[in-house]
Amino acid sequence: MIRIANGQGFWGDWLEAPVRLVEQGPIDYLALDYLAEITMSIVQKQKQADPNLGYARDFPPLIQRIANRIRDRGVKVVANAGGVNPIACAREVRRLAPHLKVAVVLGDDLFHRLGELLDKGRPLSNMETNEPLAAIRDRILSANAYIGAFPVAEALSTGADVVIAGRCTDTALTLAPMIHAFHWRPDQWNLLAAGTIAGHIIECGAQCTGGNCQVDWQSIPDMANIGYPIVEAEPDGSFVVTKHPGTGGRVTSDVVKEQLLYELGDPRNYITPDCVADFTTIHIADAGTDRVRIHGIQGGPRPPMLKVSISYSWGYKAIGTLVYSWPQALAKARAADRIVHERLSQLGLRFDEIYTEFFGVNACHGPAAPPSPDPPEVQVRMGVRGMDRKAVDRFTRELVPLVLNGPPTATGFGDGRPPVREVVAYWPALLPREEVTTSVEVVE
Amino acid sequence: MRAPLSQIAHARSGDKGDTVNIGVIAYQPEDYAVLLREVTPERVKAHFGNLVMGEVIRYELPNLGALNFLLHEALGGGGTLSLRIDAQGKTFGAALLRMEIEVGR
Repeated sequence: MIRIANGQGFWGDWLEAPVRLVEQGPIDYLALDYLAEITMSIVQKQKQADPNLGYARDFPPLIQRIANRIRDRGVKVVANAGGVNPIACAREVRRLAPHLKVAVVLGDDLFHRLGELLDKGRPLSNMETNEPLAAIRDRILSANAYIGAFPVAEALSTGADVVIAGRCTDTALTLAPMIHAFHWRPDQWNLLAAGTIAGHIIECGAQCTGGNCQVDWQSIPDMANIGYPIVEAEPDGSFVVTKHPGTGGRVTSDVVKEQLLYELGDPRNYITPDCVADFTTIHIADAGTDRVRIHGIQGGPRPPMLKVSISYSWGYKAIGTLVYSWPQALAKARAADRIVHERLSQLGLRFDEIYTEFFGVNACHGPAAPPSPDPPEVQVRMGVRGMDRKAVDRFTRELVPLVLNGPPTATGFGDGRPPVREVVAYWPALLPREEVTTSVEVVE
Repeated sequence: MRAPLSQIAHARSGDKGDTVNIGVIAYQPEDYAVLLREVTPERVKAHFGNLVMGEVIRYELPNLGALNFLLHEALGGGGTLSLRIDAQGKTFGAALLRMEIEVGR
């Protein structure tokens, strides 16, 4: 049996979680997931500004904090913290923790290969719209293939203490230690599917140990000290989801079921670079306090294509808010919305979309929310999106004047006009897997 | 007897681009049949009104006593394009649990 923990569900997750995981009990592997789809464009911009950046900058200081502990206990760290510059990330880890061996996984970054791929007749069309990539060619910010668990397992086989990947799948961080420790082969679909589903369960950190859980949430103990998840994996593909004893949170089959369904598409076809997992084959049962056992998972062969995540500059947006108090708070907020619409129209400004929602009334649940007769306050939240930066910037000047020249009792304008933000959009595409060659490099 | 879906099920929702997924899970295995009967894609689509512009698709997971719904064109463009506060669809699960259903088995 090996213990694989997840201490980071996204870049920005709780900084203490990975430290506590290595201090509060035994684990063999610590998986840390840093990359969301949008993160790649952020790190690409950072690399363009400074060739030594372009990775998750929280990661090297974290390794410095836990370096002695993981060395003493033999814990291996597996992270997709490399962003678009895994080598630079590895060098910074080595600078802060010189006694650790670091391996990086390369080959996912296609940004500088796009011309070559398009020339070869790979259209990299948008999976949702079928538009060819050529339509946005000059606005592309990053392009990365999702790579699977086998290259990451290869990096573990170098004996590295820390493995840093770029855009590998989130589930690969959990599956790779199983492939490495149990010598699973690329054609053992059921085992790979089991490890993939284990990865799906823990990839969002505490979302499988009581975080963001609707089941009796008020009784979930000690959320301030919530324990992050640990998978106890067996060579036969069965596993137990648990957390360190004495930590907060809760692990029951109801809690784990919620996470199994999180961001799920067709449950019979959960497609990864390593296999296709079938969620309808999962057997799940409580197996003691804060322990859930899963077995029986089946899967199918890996797909011939890899998903490619491309980000590109779309345009601009800005979102501003004002608060109106009782009485007639909603009527005032609706009046404010009408006034701003009219003023924008008089200015002749064009937007791709203007969207207004009324906070405290229907912002989250829309028409599913019952009407509230006269709420104590309502926030009007108004946003615009467009290609023309000047138009978006002009919009940001139209909300605050309402405090003096609109309906009464407006407040909550303390931050002044809202910032104009660049919109980076996401372009999913497919590429035959033979176009992507991965490699492993040990950074001394 | 009619009651909110929250009486027999819990839920979690998330995003994939402009699509929201909602997992709905029966607290008791015996209520899975009630979910199948009552929580149809048509009713889910109607429940969300103009919040969901596209198609609603339902998948069945009898082994978990659960249904998975995909709500297309539900996030105002999705991800970074969306101007909504809930651009990731985090609260759609709770919104669905408001739906009134016939809870008798």
